[in-house]
Amino acid sequence: MNKKFGISSGILVVVLLFASMLIGCKSGGNKAPKDKETVDVPKDNTAVYEDIKQAEKIFNALPSPLESAMLIKSAGARFDDAMLNPIGNVNNYVTNKSMALNLGIYTCDLSFASLYEQTQLIIDYMNAAKKMADGLGILKAIEQSSIDRLEENINNTEVIMEIVSTTFMNSNSYLADNGQPAIAAMVLVGGWFEGLYISTQLVDMKDFNGNKLVGRIIDQKLSIDILLSLLESSKENPAVDELIAQVKKLKVVFDKITITTSPIRPEFDKASNTTILKSEVKTDMTPAVFNELSATVAEIRSTFVN
Amino acid sequence: MRIYRIIPILALLIITLTVNVDAQCKAFAKKVCLPELGAYTHDGNYHAAILVEGEEAELYKTFYSDMDYRVAICGEDKLPNVEFKVLDSNKNVIYSNKDAGFAKTWDFKLQSSQQLKLVVKVSSFNQPGDTPASGCVSIMFGFKMKK
Repeated sequence: MNKKFGISSGILVVVLLFASMLIGCKSGGNKAPKDKETVDVPKDNTAVYEDIKQAEKIFNALPSPLESAMLIKSAGARFDDAMLNPIGNVNNYVTNKSMALNLGIYTCDLSFASLYEQTQLIIDYMNAAKKMADGLGILKAIEQSSIDRLEENINNTEVIMEIVSTTFMNSNSYLADNGQPAIAAMVLVGGWFEGLYISTQLVDMKDFNGNKLVGRIIDQKLSIDILLSLLESSKENPAVDELIAQVKKLKVVFDKITITTSPIRPEFDKASNTTILKSEVKTDMTPAVFNELSATVAEIRSTFVN
Repeated sequence: MRIYRIIPILALLIITLTVNVDAQCKAFAKKVCLPELGAYTHDGNYHAAILVEGEEAELYKTFYSDMDYRVAICGEDKLPNVEFKVLDSNKNVIYSNKDAGFAKTWDFKLQSSQQLKLVVKVSSFNQPGDTPASGCVSIMFGFKMKK
C-alpha cells in the first residue's frame, strides 16, 4: 500500500511538474485574469468583435528607457548630467530589486546621454548597466563586443541607439524566458521612473504654461494603470508589493490631473503610407500639482538609487 | 524507487525543452520580426509568446504625439494568418490588418497621446481533428521622432 502510494505520488509530482512547465512555456506575457476575459463590445462594433472570446496573454507595455529618453529630447529639453544616477553608486546595489531597478535607471541614463552625444558618459553608463545585468545573472545581455562596438561608433547616434535597444531587449527577453517576470517588471519600472524624474527636474517653472516637456509629463498619467497592472501580475513578490505601494502613492497625484480626449478619427495618408490618428486633448495640471508630482517622483526615485 | 530516479531526468528534460522553445521564440523575434521595423528604431521591449490556433493576446501601451510609430506583428510560418486590431479607449476599432491583407506592419502617428489596445489573434486552419498549430507570435514597436 505504502509502495503504491509512493509510486502514485511520484507520478503525481511528474504530472504536476509537466503541467507547470507547460504553463511556463507560454512566456512573455501575463495570463489573463478571469475578470478580464470578456470584452465589452459596443453594439456598432459587434461584427468586428464577434470572434473575440478571451485573451490568452496580456502584455502591459511601458515606454522603454530608450523611448522615455527620446520623449525628453523631442520635447526640446536640455541635457544635464547632474540629473543622472551617478555611476559611483554601482557598488551599492546588491539585492536583485536594487539591481533590477537600477538596470532600468542606468539604461535610461545611457539612452539620455546617447541622444545628446555625451561620448564618455555613454561608455560609463553602458558599463554601469552591464554591471547590473551581470549581477542579475543575465547572460550575454551586454557583451564586451557590444561595448567595443559602442566605442568604435561613439559619434554615430543611430548605431549607439541600436546597440542600446539590442542590449535592453537581450535583458528583458532573458528575464521573460527564464521565468523572472517580477525582475523584468522592476527593470521597466526603474527606467520609467528615471525618465519621469529627469523630465520633472528639467522643467523651468518660469516657462510652465505651454511647456512641451510638461505635456510629456502629463502623458505619463496614461501609463500609470499599465504600470500597476504590470506590477500586480507579480504581486506575491515582497519587493514588488513595496513598489505597488509607491506607485499607488504617485497615482494619487496623477489622479489630480484631468485629461479629456475627443474620439480618434483615423485618416490614412497615401503619400507616407501612414495612418494619422486625429484627436484633440485638454489637460489641466496646475503648477501646484506639478510641484507635488515632482516631489513625489523624486522621493520614490531616491529610494531606488540610494 | 525507480520512479524517483526518473523524476529528476524528466524534470531536466522538460526544463530543457521549455528553455529551447523560449529561446526559439526570441531568435524568431530577432531574426524575423525586428527587420520588419525597417528605418524605425526598435524601443528595446520584448513581447512574444507561443500561441495556438484561435488564441489571442492583448497589449496595452501609451503612444505619444511626438513620435512616428511602426508596429510589427509576426507569426511563425507554421501558423495561419495572424490578425491584429488596434482599439482606442472606447473600444472602437481604429485599424485591422484584415482590411490590409493581414499586413505584418502598420505605420501611424498621433495628434495627441493615447493609450491604445492591440488585440492579436491567430486564425484557424479550420481542419477538425488535426492537432492545432502552435508557434511564436512577436509584437515589436519602432519609433522615429516626428520631422
